[in-house]
Amino acid sequence: MRLPPLLIASVILALAATLLPAAGEGAEAVVSLTLAGAAVVIAGGLSIAIPAATIPLTLLGAHFAAWRLVAAAGPLSGHAGTGFWCLVIASWLMAWQLANALSALEPRQVALRRLVSLAVPVLFGVWILILWQLIVRGFAIPQVLLPAPDQIWARLTSEVPTLWADFQQTFLKAVLIGYALGCGSGFVVAILVDRVPFLRRGLLPIGNLVSALPIVGIAPIMVMWFGFDWPSKAAVVVVMTFFPMLVNTVAGLAAAGAMERDLMRTYAAGYWQSLIKLRLPAALPFIFTALKINSTLALIGAIVAEFFGTPIVGMGFRISTEVGRMNVDMVWAEIAVAALAGSVFYALVALIERAFTFWHPSYR
Amino acid sequence: MSKRAGETNVFVHRVFPVLVVVAAIVAIWYVAAVLLNAPFQREAFARADQAYTTGDLISATLNQERPVLPAPHQVGQELHKTVFLIKPSSKRSLIYHGWITLSSTLLGFALGTLLGIVLAVAIVHSRTMSKSLMPWIIASQTIPILAIAPMIIVVLNAIGLSGLLPKAMISTYLSFFPVTVGVVKGLRSPDPIHLDLMRTYSASQAQVFWKLRWPSSVPFLFASMKIAIAISLVGAIVGELPTGAVAGLGARLLAGSYYGQTVQIWSALIAAAIMAAVLVTLVGIVNRYVLRAMGMAHQ
Repeated sequence: MRLPPLLIASVILALAATLLPAAGEGAEAVVSLTLAGAAVVIAGGLSIAIPAATIPLTLLGAHFAAWRLVAAAGPLSGHAGTGFWCLVIASWLMAWQLANALSALEPRQVALRRLVSLAVPVLFGVWILILWQLIVRGFAIPQVLLPAPDQIWARLTSEVPTLWADFQQTFLKAVLIGYALGCGSGFVVAILVDRVPFLRRGLLPIGNLVSALPIVGIAPIMVMWFGFDWPSKAAVVVVMTFFPMLVNTVAGLAAAGAMERDLMRTYAAGYWQSLIKLRLPAALPFIFTALKINSTLALIGAIVAEFFGTPIVGMGFRISTEVGRMNVDMVWAEIAVAALAGSVFYALVALIERAFTFWHPSYR
Repeated sequence: MSKRAGETNVFVHRVFPVLVVVAAIVAIWYVAAVLLNAPFQREAFARADQAYTTGDLISATLNQERPVLPAPHQVGQELHKTVFLIKPSSKRSLIYHGWITLSSTLLGFALGTLLGIVLAVAIVHSRTMSKSLMPWIIASQTIPILAIAPMIIVVLNAIGLSGLLPKAMISTYLSFFPVTVGVVKGLRSPDPIHLDLMRTYSASQAQVFWKLRWPSSVPFLFASMKIAIAISLVGAIVGELPTGAVAGLGARLLAGSYYGQTVQIWSALIAAAIMAAVLVTLVGIVNRYVLRAMGMAHQ
C-alpha cells in the first residue's frame, strides 16, 4: 500500500506541535490548540489506516482543527509560537489531501460530478480565507495594512445602508445604463459597418487598435463634459464597451459558413432574412464574448471614473476617501461588494449565453 | 500577378480605407471642437463687446487656451512642445512622464507573464491545482482590481515600499490572467497522437514538456502577451492616479483634470495611445520573428 505523504507530514507536524511552545500564556488558547492537534492526529491516523474513508475524515479533521485554530488565534494575537504555526500547516496539508482526494473522484452521476467540481474550488476559497484570518491574527498584522476577514465581515453587515447607496449610484445607474448604451450602439454600428465593405476595411483595424488603448484615461474629460453625477461615469462605460462589441460583432457576422450562405441564397432569402435567420445566430458566441468582457470592463470604468470627481456617494468615491482616512476594512467591504456584483453580473451573462447558444459545440 | 500590382492592391484594399476613416475622424473632431467651444467663445466676444464674423468665431474656437474639446492641431502642438522642445529630464516633458509609466508597465508585464506561465504549468501538471485554481483565476478578473489600485499603492507606501514596484504589481495582477489562460490552452493543445508518440519514445514528463508542450504553446503565449501588455499599461496609468499626481502619464491626466488643462489631458491620452500601439506592435514583431525562427510561421 502506498502511504499518502501529505497525511503523514500533517500527522508528524501535529505531533511535533505538542513539543513546541504554542504560545506565551492563556489557558483558553491551550485547550483549543490541544483539541485542534488531537483532531489532526486522529483524522490523519484513521484515514491512513482506512484509505476509503479519507474524504469524510479529512473533511471533519481539517475543518474542526481550523475552527479551533481561528478561535485560538484571537487571544494569541502576535504571541503565536512555532507550535501554533505547525498546527496551521498540518491542518492545511490535510485540506490539501482532501482536495487531492476530491479531484481524483470520478463519479458516474452528472449531479455528483457537478457537486465535486464545485466543492474543490470552494474548498480552495475557504482555505484562503482561513489562512488569511490565521496569518493576520497570528502575526498581529496592523489593520491598516490588511484587515482580517472577520473585521471586513463586521463592516459589511454594519454598513449596509452606505454600501447599498454606493451600489445604487455606481452599479444600478452608471454601470447598467452605460453597459446597455455601449453594447447596443456597438451592435448597431457593427451591423452598419458589415453592410458597407469599405467601412469594414477602414474601421476594423482602428477598432482593434482602440480596444487595446487605455480608454479609462478619458474619464477626466467625461467628468468635465457631463458633470460630477452618474452620466459622466455612464459615458466612460459607453466608450469602453463600444469597441469590444463592435469588433466582436463584425467578426461574428463573418462567421457563418459559405455553404450556409449559399443555401440561404438558393432559398432566395433577402438581406434581412439571412441576417436574422443565419448570420446573427452564428454571430451569437462572438457577441456573448463581447458581453462578458464588457461586464467586467463596465464596472472598472465606472469605479475609476469616480476617482476624478463625484457627488459624495459611489463605490469609487468611497474607496478613495476611506483609503485617505485609513479605514481599510471599509475599503475591503466595498471591494467585496464590487467583486460580488462583478461576479454575479458575469455569471448572469454566462447563463443567458448558455440559454441562447445551446447549439454551440462547447455546450453539448 | 506582378509584385507591383500586388502592392497597389494592398494599398487600395487595406491602407486607403483606414486613411479615409482616420481623415473622417479628424474632420469630425474639428467640427465637434467648433460646436463644443462655440458657446464659451460667443460669451467671450459678447463680454468684450466685439463684433465677429463666422470665420472669426471658428478660428477663435480652435485656438482657445482651455477649450472644452481641443482641436487636433492644438494637441499636436502640445505633444510636439512637450516631447521635442523640453529637455527629457524636466518635469514638464512628456518623455519624462512617459518613461516612468513605461518602466512600471514593462516591469509589471514581465512579472505578470512569468507568474502567468508558472501558474499555467502548475495547472496543466496537477489535477488538484487545475480544479481548485482555474475557477478562481477566472473569478479574479470579475473583481474590478483597478478599484483596489489606490489602496494597494497607499498601503504599500505605508510599509515603505514606494516608487516602481507597487504600480508594477497592479500591472502584474492585470496581465497574468490572459497569459495563464492562453498558456494553459497552449500547453494542452498538442494532439493526442503526438502525446502518444512521446509515450512510445518513453519520454519523461520533463521531456514531453520541453519538446512538445512548450513549443506548441508559444503561439498562444504571444497572442496573450499582446493583450497582457496593453492591459498592463492601463494598470500602470491607473496606479499613478492616487499617488497624488507626482509623475507619469496617469498623474498628467489627474493634474490636467484638477486645473482644467484640457490640452494637457488630451496630449497625455494621445501619448498613452501611441505607447500602447507601439508596445502591441513590438510584441507582434517579436512574435513573428520567434515563430519564423522556430519554423512555425505559416507564410
